[in-house]
Amino acid sequence: MPLLQTIGLTRHFGSVVAARNVSLRVARDEVVGIIGANGAGKTTFVNMVTGYLTPERGHIRFADRDITGLRPRQITRLGICRSFQVPQVFPSASVRDNLLISLGVIPATPRALWRPLHRPALQEAAETLLQRYQLDGHRSQAAGLLPQGMRKLLDIAMAAARKPRLLLLDEPTSGVSVAEKHDIMDIVMAALREEGVTVLFVEHDMDIVARHAQRVLAFYDGGIIADDAPGTVLQDPTVRELVLGEPGANGEQADAER
Amino acid sequence: MTDGHNHTNKGLLLALVVLGLLGFVLPGWAAFLGIVALSKGLVVLGLLLLWRLGLVSFGQALYFGIGGYTVGLAGLWWGLHDALALTALGTLAATAIAALLGLLIARYREIFFAMLSLAFSMILYGLLVKSDLLGSSDGFGVPPVSFAGMALSPAHGTLALYALAAVVACGAALLVHRLLRATLGHLAGAVRDSELRVEYLGVSVFQVIYAQYVAAGALAGAGGAITAMAVGHVDPALVYWTVSGEFVFITILAGTGHVAAPFLGALLFEVVRSFAMQYAPFTWQLILGVVLLLLILFLPNGLWSLARRWRGGEA
Amino acid sequence: MYTLLAILVDGLVYASWLFVVAVGLTLIFGVMRILNVAHGSLYAFGAYAAASLVGAYAATGFPPAGSLLLLPAAALGVGLVLGLLLERGLLRRLHGRDEIIILLVTYAAFLILEDVLRLIWGSDAYLAFQPYAALGNLEAGVLIFATYDLSLIGLAVLLGLALWWGLQHTRRGKLRVAVIHDPELARLVGIDVSRFHTGTFVLGAMLGALGGALTAPQISVTPGIGVEVIVLAFAVVATGGMGSIPGAAVGAVIVGLSRAAAVHLLPEVELFVIYGVMAAVLAVRPHGLFSPAEGRRI
Repeated sequence: MPLLQTIGLTRHFGSVVAARNVSLRVARDEVVGIIGANGAGKTTFVNMVTGYLTPERGHIRFADRDITGLRPRQITRLGICRSFQVPQVFPSASVRDNLLISLGVIPATPRALWRPLHRPALQEAAETLLQRYQLDGHRSQAAGLLPQGMRKLLDIAMAAARKPRLLLLDEPTSGVSVAEKHDIMDIVMAALREEGVTVLFVEHDMDIVARHAQRVLAFYDGGIIADDAPGTVLQDPTVRELVLGEPGANGEQADAER
Repeated sequence: MTDGHNHTNKGLLLALVVLGLLGFVLPGWAAFLGIVALSKGLVVLGLLLLWRLGLVSFGQALYFGIGGYTVGLAGLWWGLHDALALTALGTLAATAIAALLGLLIARYREIFFAMLSLAFSMILYGLLVKSDLLGSSDGFGVPPVSFAGMALSPAHGTLALYALAAVVACGAALLVHRLLRATLGHLAGAVRDSELRVEYLGVSVFQVIYAQYVAAGALAGAGGAITAMAVGHVDPALVYWTVSGEFVFITILAGTGHVAAPFLGALLFEVVRSFAMQYAPFTWQLILGVVLLLLILFLPNGLWSLARRWRGGEA
Repeated sequence: MYTLLAILVDGLVYASWLFVVAVGLTLIFGVMRILNVAHGSLYAFGAYAAASLVGAYAATGFPPAGSLLLLPAAALGVGLVLGLLLERGLLRRLHGRDEIIILLVTYAAFLILEDVLRLIWGSDAYLAFQPYAALGNLEAGVLIFATYDLSLIGLAVLLGLALWWGLQHTRRGKLRVAVIHDPELARLVGIDVSRFHTGTFVLGAMLGALGGALTAPQISVTPGIGVEVIVLAFAVVATGGMGSIPGAAVGAVIVGLSRAAAVHLLPEVELFVIYGVMAAVLAVRPHGLFSPAEGRRI
């Protein structure tokens, strides 16, 4: 049974088709890269899977459960977490407190929430995360003062804190300097490998995709135009034209053949 | 507020003892002032909780008044006179209403939250003013209260009430302090920073806000109950929005850095107010307004942040 | 039958009053996202200024009908002076701060102005009924309506239409849309956003003062009349949708008719009905009846 399955997801924003009958399957332990030009529907897809948007048509199944239309916090509790293009951290709290909070809400029962935040069990778990994501040097710093790369790592670490079965990363290296991009991604993927998480990540940097993804999905105009190993997808002429923006094989302009 | 929590707990218990001892030597008017300050401090403690969520309620007078009127009515209609029971009942009534109204109001933020809370308190005001049964704008007197079955002389009664207020205030402060150290307390700042992230961590932002709104209502109810017993009278003015405004003023004056701040702020406020009412009754609001402006512009974290700066060199 | 007519007319009169009072509030909020608590002071100052002017005029012996002109004059004066004072002197310095902080600042301004009012005019009641009496009465069977009250309806409609036309068809009105949606971009294309804000605030202030000035002949002007107005105005604006002028009109009509019905049928619930209606609308449409659409955030 696939871990994640979407069947015919469709979504419009006015006259814009953000998702066009998107059907795919992701198996346990896969690492999947999602590429596509801006507006191709990548973030809409992530938003639908994580419950921020409801599809107009279609279903989403997680393991044996239909999660279509559930709210983000319900989906989080079922084991799907995400990070954001613009990192969503708590700027006024320290890096360590950010992680403690992410850990302290597992489970989100009144009893658990009443327990002190700075208790030993949580602090140990936070320490592990700090080390894994190489944030331990900044543990007491206010998250709002972190440089962008660290902020992205924190966002991802917070998402990974509850050991989800499926993690969606929305452009994990966007806004990060070229020098740091690979380091960030290496840290993230090493950390996630240790936890045995299935990963879907949206990326614009093809080097990163080639390096870390086992499988690549290419989006265009709300639909998937390629689904294969990175080597194959990134060489595909249609993908090169419609996603990477390179001129057509015959030197002509691309047409949307849909 | 992560370290030194043991200091706070010990400090609060010490304060309780000190307050209690003071009670034996304070003259009647000072004890009365103390009761009023402690009661208002309770309301402001609730506002502290909401402030950390990034919310300001301009309607806590609603619960303050409910606490007071419940005490009066229970005494008048049911012959309930025990001070402790009345306090509990007033708190309960306020909590119940907060639980109901919170369902609507906890969906809102910022201006809407503030103005809705204001509107609710004005609804009660309107009902009370038009209600002949409840004495309309004159209100009615609260029957004298008893302590553990004993009816005390007015002087002793005031002292006993003062002791009650001190115990309730310290107890509430201890509870709130515990809350602030807990995950739920930290979620307040988290909600203020990024509601999106909180939801994506699996927590309902609505429930976080709702819980603390109800707690604030309970605290205000307790404050109102005790005040009603001390003053011996309730009327719709308790619920008027300018009363809510005063509570907000004290919150800003005191700052939200520590659970003791609301009580100290309330004390300062009451002392200054007594003077102002005597010597400058027609410029009291002017003074309030000017001070509020100055606070917002120059000392947004309240007087407590000054104390912090003296002590630790940090803001 | 007559009760129904009474409810309708009273409701519309009250709604007209509510509209004039509330439209300034919603206008300012729509453009600057400021909920001006001092709107109540503007109302009170307008009422007192009008009362003083009418009082002085009455002593001169000129025809009473002339006193009607003094009302908008008072409103214009008060709105201009206080509006400029508040916006330029105070609010401009707090640009960019939290909405709630600005709310508290306008609350502080309100407190100050309340006492200033008392210092200027004292605590006695002012009466200025000349304009009211000058217009006489209208009879409909057993019901008698003051022409002044009925004229309010006409005035409110005119005001609403003028504002609507101003927004849809003048250049400044169209600029408003730009300034609301993206002040930074508006600045970049050459719109003087600060002046626009000042202009809007002064206009809103004048409208608030107009509400007070128009009310002065109907009541005895005392300290404290500004206080309830703020909450009422907010109820209307919240029901109709903050920042929406048609919303203010619709909200005013709904609230006005509900209140009139309460007053005639069950007086005890008068205030309750107003806020109850607001709460009911908000329970179904959390941002009011005419709320603007919101964009995607992530």
